[in-house]
Order: sequence, then C-alpha cells, then structure tokens
Amino acid sequence: MSSIPATIDTLDTGRRSRLDARHDRIFRGVLRFCALLVLAALLGAALSTLWGGREILFGQGLHFLTSTAWNPVEDDYGALAPVFGTLVTSLVAIVLAVPVSFGVAMFLTEIAPNWLRAPASTAVELLAAIPSIIYGMWGLFVFVPFMARIEPALTDTLGRIPLLGKLFQGPPLGLGLLTAGIVLAVMILPFITSVMREVFLTVPTRLKESAYALGSTRWEVLWDIVLPYTRSAVIGGIILGLGRALGETMAVTFVLGNSYNITSSLLMPGTSISSSIANEFNEAVGLHRSALVALGFLLFVVTFIVLLIARLMLRQLARREGR
Amino acid sequence: MPATSLYARRRITNALAMGLGTAATVLGLFFLVWILWLTLLRGIGALRGSLFTRITAYGPDGGLANAIAGSLMMDLIALAICTPIGVMAGMWLAEYARLTRLGTVIRFLNDILLSAPSIVLGLFVYMIIVLPMSDLTDGAVSFSGLAGGVALALIGLPVIVRTTDEMLQLVPATLREAALSLGVPQWKLTVQLLLRAASSGIVTGVLLALARLAGETAPLLFTAFGNNFMTAHPLDKMASVPVAIYQYTNDPDPALHAIAWAGALLITLFVLALSLLTRLFLSRKKANHG
Repeated sequence: MSSIPATIDTLDTGRRSRLDARHDRIFRGVLRFCALLVLAALLGAALSTLWGGREILFGQGLHFLTSTAWNPVEDDYGALAPVFGTLVTSLVAIVLAVPVSFGVAMFLTEIAPNWLRAPASTAVELLAAIPSIIYGMWGLFVFVPFMARIEPALTDTLGRIPLLGKLFQGPPLGLGLLTAGIVLAVMILPFITSVMREVFLTVPTRLKESAYALGSTRWEVLWDIVLPYTRSAVIGGIILGLGRALGETMAVTFVLGNSYNITSSLLMPGTSISSSIANEFNEAVGLHRSALVALGFLLFVVTFIVLLIARLMLRQLARREGR
Repeated sequence: MPATSLYARRRITNALAMGLGTAATVLGLFFLVWILWLTLLRGIGALRGSLFTRITAYGPDGGLANAIAGSLMMDLIALAICTPIGVMAGMWLAEYARLTRLGTVIRFLNDILLSAPSIVLGLFVYMIIVLPMSDLTDGAVSFSGLAGGVALALIGLPVIVRTTDEMLQLVPATLREAALSLGVPQWKLTVQLLLRAASSGIVTGVLLALARLAGETAPLLFTAFGNNFMTAHPLDKMASVPVAIYQYTNDPDPALHAIAWAGALLITLFVLALSLLTRLFLSRKKANHG
C-alpha cells in the first residue's frame, strides 16, 4: 500500500493547480472583456454620433437647438421641427395605446375565461415580434387612405370644440402626425400590454382573494389592489413603450409626410428625428450630414434617459418581490 | 335605500369597466389581425417563383433573390459576431459578477441597449466602420455587408446576453458546488458543465436574437446600403429583404409594391416561425424542470 508515489503526485497537482489558476484568470479576463463590450457599444454610439455631429453641435449649438429652419440649399439647419414631430407622434401614441393596453391586460388577467388566457397572451407576445416595417407598409397603403376619408369628419366634429379643435384642422391628406401617432400606438400596444400583464400576474393571489372575500368587485380589486401594488412597474412599462415610440423609424417614415414644419394641427404632415435621418442621410454631405448625425445624438440621449427611468421603475417592483 | 343604490352603482361601474376592457381587447386585436391578414393576403397574391430566382435589378419583372441571399448572409455574420460575445458576456454576468456593482450596471445597461433606437446603432456603425473603411481604401470599399452584419449584431447582442445570463442563473448551485469540490477549475466548470446544462436556453436566446434582427431595416440603410445584384463578398454593398421592401414601398410603381408585400410576408412568416419555435423550446424546458 505504501508503494504509491505520493511525492510525484503532489508535484504534479501543484503544477496543475498553478496552470488551472492561470487559465481561470485568462478565461475570466476574456469574459469580462466581452461584458464590457456591451458598455462600449452604448458609449460608442453616444460618442460617435457626438463626434459626427460636432461641426453643428459645437459650431452653432444654440442656433441648431432652437431654430425651426431646415434648408439644405442654404445650409441652415435647426432641430426643432424633427424634435417636435418625434415628441408629438410619441405622445399621441402613448395617449392612445395606454388605455387600450390597460384594457387588454385587464382582459387577459381578470376577465377572460381561463382557457383563453394562455393562447391570447401568446398571441399578444407574437405580435410584438412583427418587424416595424410591416406596420409602416400597412400605414402607408391601407391606413393613410382610410384616414384621408375620415379626416373631414374629424375636422367637422372634434374640430368644432374650442381649443382642442385646433388639433384637427387642415386638409385631409391622410398623411401626418396623427396618422403616424396611431400607427405607433398599434405598434407599441403589444409591448405595453405584455409588460402590464406580466406585472399584474405578480400580485399575490392572497391579496386579491382577501379583497374578493370582503365583497369587492373585479374592477375594485383591479383598481384598488392590483394597480397600487404594481404602480411603479406599470409606469415603467408605459415609459418603456414611450422609449420604443421615440426611437422608431420604419413605422412612421412612410406616413409622416416628411415636411419640416411645426403646426398646431395633428392632421398636418411633419417629420421626426428618425425619419429625417432615414430619408436624407444617404444623400446628405457636409453640414447637412453633420446635422443629421447630431439629430441622432439628440435622439440617443433622450431615449437613453427615458429608458433609464423606465428600467429603474420596473426594477422597483422586482426588488419588492425579492428578485 | 342608499345602501342598494351604492351596490347598484358599484355593480354598474364594474360592468362598465369589464365591458370597456373587453372592447379594448377587441379593438387592439382588430388592428393587429387587420395588419397580419393584409400582409398574408397581399403577400400570397404576389408570391411567385421568380421571387426566389430573379434579382432586384429586373425591377417589376424581377424578384428578391439577391435580397434574400444578402439577408441570410448578413444575419449569419451578425449571429457569428453576437453569439460568442453575447454568450461570454452572459457567462460573466451570471458566474463572476452576479452580485457585484459592475455586473449590476452592465446588466442594467444591457437592458437599455435592448430597446435603444436601432437607427442610431446604424449611424454608430457608419461612423466606426463605413467611414474609416472608405478613407482607408480611397472610397473603393464603403458600405458593405460586413458593416450591415455588425449593425445587426448590435441588435442581437443584448438579447443573447440577457437570455444567457438568465438561463445560467437557473442552473442549480449544487451543480457548481459539486464540480468545484472535485477540484474542477472554474473555466472548465463553466464551459463543460454549466454551458451544457443551460444549452437549450442559450439556443433559445440565439433564436430570439435572430427573430429580432432579421426584420430590422433602419440599421442597414447606411451600413449595407443595398445592391441590385447578387453578391457574396462581405465587403460589397449588399441587398437585404427589409431594405428592398423599404425602397419598393417608397417607389410609385404598384408592381414593385406587390414584390414588397411578398417580401413582407416572407419576413413576417420567418419571424413568427422563429418566435413560435423559441416558445416551444422554452415550454419543453419548463416541462423538463417541472
């Protein structure tokens, strides 16, 4: 039994553990490098667009941010019109999509019969996967002609209301801020719905059952129990949808009308940051190109802040659950 | 009497809310079914053999052969880049940085990258690949399939990082402890045991990433640009189905619109099939784990 050469073994394991330690260090370093690439991608996107737009951002920063002009012939550019279009279309989208999403999420978690819940939820999530250019095509070929037909009716009814009526004036082109906002709303509907549905499901059954036992109606349970419990995550989901809407290109480019103006009417054509970039970048040179890249930088910064807020609010619920 | 009226009011409010919720669902589904149905109808109406055999250079008499080939090629380039990087980054997050501050920050930023505007990622790749390449070769190489692939990789990367991270966190700690107590070095444990245990989840992540990047148009506009001819060279300008759809939709010719709808159908079916496949993968995995 004592003939086992213990000493040689020890030497060997010593060498091996040193080798293993080195391999572990290298392995860990490589993995860490890959993870840092995620950071580099975000930082790079911000810095490269800042660099590409330096000519206009540092050259005429304040003028660029406050001017409504967009004139490639005279090389005079201002960010206000595209920024306006981006904000207005996203706002319209959120205003329309949020109540509908809330209704759908309510239906999927509280109203629908049990057998319908799983397939309907899957359908909503599949719809979130449809590429945005499909929404854009549908918008241009089907929804724009449809809107052109109903816009006179909108002007006649909603347009008569004092103050609010200003939003619905103008020629019935079909194209415009309202159309783009509705297309965006349809696109972000599945996103917001699936976030809301998921967070509604995190509410402890015990809480809901207690409320039902006290005689609450379904609506009261939803409004007084489920919604307060999930408030921050619901708002987070809405802001996440806003982030999507702000950065979306293909769903709005075809239906905005690509015209640089700021109007009080939603029926007028407009432009947005992303659609300006998509439409003009490949033909632009010099200062024009710099202005478009600078717009990209603005878009990136704004969506970054919006998404940051969304994620922080979503995380609050996750933390409460101890995840 | 006041008590009964209170009950009646609560009942009516409830009925109203339930009715509105159901109506919202019908409205939402109506729009989405409308879009899907239209894509299906117009797409099938425009499907013909020449779609797969002729290139876009023939215009209305052509097809999308070069765009389909270009899309497949750029999707493959994108996966070849973002799969290894994403899986390794996910491994680092789950195995080495689960509770560290840097790990939390990167996980958080990864979620932001997940919904960052794709057109800005296209501009980013334009600035760091297309422009320098053009300067380096005096304009001989500018827009390229490679640049398009890198831009798409940026779309897929956060999806893979996130799923890998989540799937590895699901692997029971006892497996790690058992292996480590036998003296297995950590890299071997990660590569040979954990990766295998989480393999189906990681495959799901790759499929999800493919489903996301396959339909992307905006990041390709200024990176791969588009090409009316067939090419297999990654440094050439390269056509893709989404960009071809974009160009044909902007064209006034209805014959080109028909081809665009056919392309839209192909992409939608591809993306939906992939999403369904990943769900199947996930539900089977869930069944296995009880």
